[in-house]
Amino acid sequence: MDLSSINPILLLASLMVAATPILLAAIGELVVERAGVLNLGVEGMMITGAVCGFVVAVGTGSPWLGFGGAAIGGALLALLFGILTQYLLSNQVATGLALTLFGLGLSALIGQGYIGIKAPSFPDWHIPLLGDIPVIGPIVFQHDPMVYVGLILVAAIWWFLNKTQGGLVLRAVGENHDAAHALGYKVIRVRLLAIMFGGACAGLGGAYLSLVRVPQWTEGMTAGAGWIALAIVVFAGWKPWRLLLGAYLFGGVTVLQLNLQAAGLAIPVEYLSMSPYIATIVVLVIMSSGRAPGSLSRIFHASR
Amino acid sequence: MTIKSILAAAIVAAGAATGAYADAHQTKVGFVYVGPIGDGGWTYEHDKGRLAVEAEFGDAVETVYVESVPEGPDAERVMTQMALQGADLIFTTSFGYMDPTINVAAKFPDVKFEHATGFKQAENVATYSARFYEGRAVQGHIAGNMTESNIIGYIGSFPIPEVIRGINSAYLHAREVNPDVEFKIVWAYTWFDPAKEAEAATVLIEQGADVILQHTDSTAPQAAAQAAGNVVTFGQASDMAEFGPFPRVSSIIDDWAPYYIARTKAVMDGTWTSGNTWDGIGAGMVGIGEISDAVPADVKASAEALRDSLSDGSYHAFTGPVNKQDGSVWLADGETADDGTLAGMNFYVEGITGDIPQ
Repeated sequence: MDLSSINPILLLASLMVAATPILLAAIGELVVERAGVLNLGVEGMMITGAVCGFVVAVGTGSPWLGFGGAAIGGALLALLFGILTQYLLSNQVATGLALTLFGLGLSALIGQGYIGIKAPSFPDWHIPLLGDIPVIGPIVFQHDPMVYVGLILVAAIWWFLNKTQGGLVLRAVGENHDAAHALGYKVIRVRLLAIMFGGACAGLGGAYLSLVRVPQWTEGMTAGAGWIALAIVVFAGWKPWRLLLGAYLFGGVTVLQLNLQAAGLAIPVEYLSMSPYIATIVVLVIMSSGRAPGSLSRIFHASR
Repeated sequence: MTIKSILAAAIVAAGAATGAYADAHQTKVGFVYVGPIGDGGWTYEHDKGRLAVEAEFGDAVETVYVESVPEGPDAERVMTQMALQGADLIFTTSFGYMDPTINVAAKFPDVKFEHATGFKQAENVATYSARFYEGRAVQGHIAGNMTESNIIGYIGSFPIPEVIRGINSAYLHAREVNPDVEFKIVWAYTWFDPAKEAEAATVLIEQGADVILQHTDSTAPQAAAQAAGNVVTFGQASDMAEFGPFPRVSSIIDDWAPYYIARTKAVMDGTWTSGNTWDGIGAGMVGIGEISDAVPADVKASAEALRDSLSDGSYHAFTGPVNKQDGSVWLADGETADDGTLAGMNFYVEGITGDIPQ
């Protein structure tokens, strides 16, 4: 065993990168669930975002436009889910699962001509002054911009949910849609907007994989990241800051276990491989005092 | 004509059309894939084999396939479905399909099964694999010459004999040309997960590896090496030429087409029998991709000489003296490994650090 070969600065830096796709997808799903909608299609929206982002980035040469395309692609797919569940009153669980399968297939179709192509590079930011601080600089302030977009989103959503009237309305719709409706709030409109926001975030998370993390397009490349994002929302008790902790914990232990393996640690690899899941679940369950939104996954119709 | 009668006519017509298409003499061949065809590696090459079968026999065969089938009980469902739909021959193309294949084959004695890389056979289950370790020998030779940090990173999938053989073969031939070489091995516990493979490659590079060997299916480690700039990689299962001439300096290419064609022909002729096929560079099942100009000319020449000696059988990739990791003698001077030991290989050779997960 040679633990000295692990560079803690690089480890912590790659933690933030490894957590970002899950963080982006999870924060979007958190908003959706706080509005009382359970969209199990995160995986499908992520992979659709991954391919849309890749196609747009390759076509235009701009990763930023790629991320824009990914957000639109994810939001459009989510809109499909929204129409089915909000207007046609289909079952949310079944529709969400179908959305995942549909997204996987659709993305494979769109991405057929893009296998083996390189994405335009998305350089890391070296933030002036802050990036030059020893130790902390390389860990926190020398990443690509999307890492900070994820952090800003978490902060913005916490602020929106807790400090604004819009957030209050969204939570009211999620807690009790009949009461919210009686007060004159547009339940379906609020939910559709939340669903599309969730889709856009999932799309960004997927595009982070195809444009930054991997970076290339491969069929099925999200490989279950969407499901992990869904689980983290629940274990974080539907609270943005805990969600950030959960995502970083998961990303951190994932990277750490690979580092320990490469350093030759004498712990059986199976335990190391399961450690990200166990550590995340244990920590978030211990902290958990969260309660699911009251109307989560219930169908709303104004006449009932 | 009412809409109803138009629909009815259309259904009858469609039924007649498909009925005419489903020729009684058509041989139906099924393929079960562990990843998506677009993985650019393992499954991609199997699907090329499937297309070769179609090209060879035209309308005399019909092929069906299912992608991204998880290894485990779900695989059994997919195989059963294929058998029920009238497949005459089913190729199951991943190690983890071994027991499901045996189970399903017992229920369908008239259907022939071919399981890739496994070691369990039955009356109607044959096994086939390629001697990838011969390709790994060439890789190890180049890797040992190319590394400057003397640290070679290896992304393993699952700790099964096939993967361990590859590690041992690569290590022996890297050490032969570079006695100081060290292998850092990471087990990804997946055949296909681009994000995880990229992370594993990044971790190995951060820990000083300047050559990455992979036994997983996607091209993500290639992209990670490319981003790092000074790291050498090898194409796995498929040529992955889009990452050449650097970081990808060579590759192991699986060529299943001749085998798939021969076995399909055997089923059509009624001459199919169970057995075990294990072919290497010589028979063309394992190909060594173009060695790029990023490799010095003398290394390229010696690597090609090694490839040729493996191909004509004058050299075996596991030739003694070789000790096991614990120092005990495995192969005496000049002795070569027998296929039985290789098929069940569950130990590292001397010099590799770390334990194989059990």
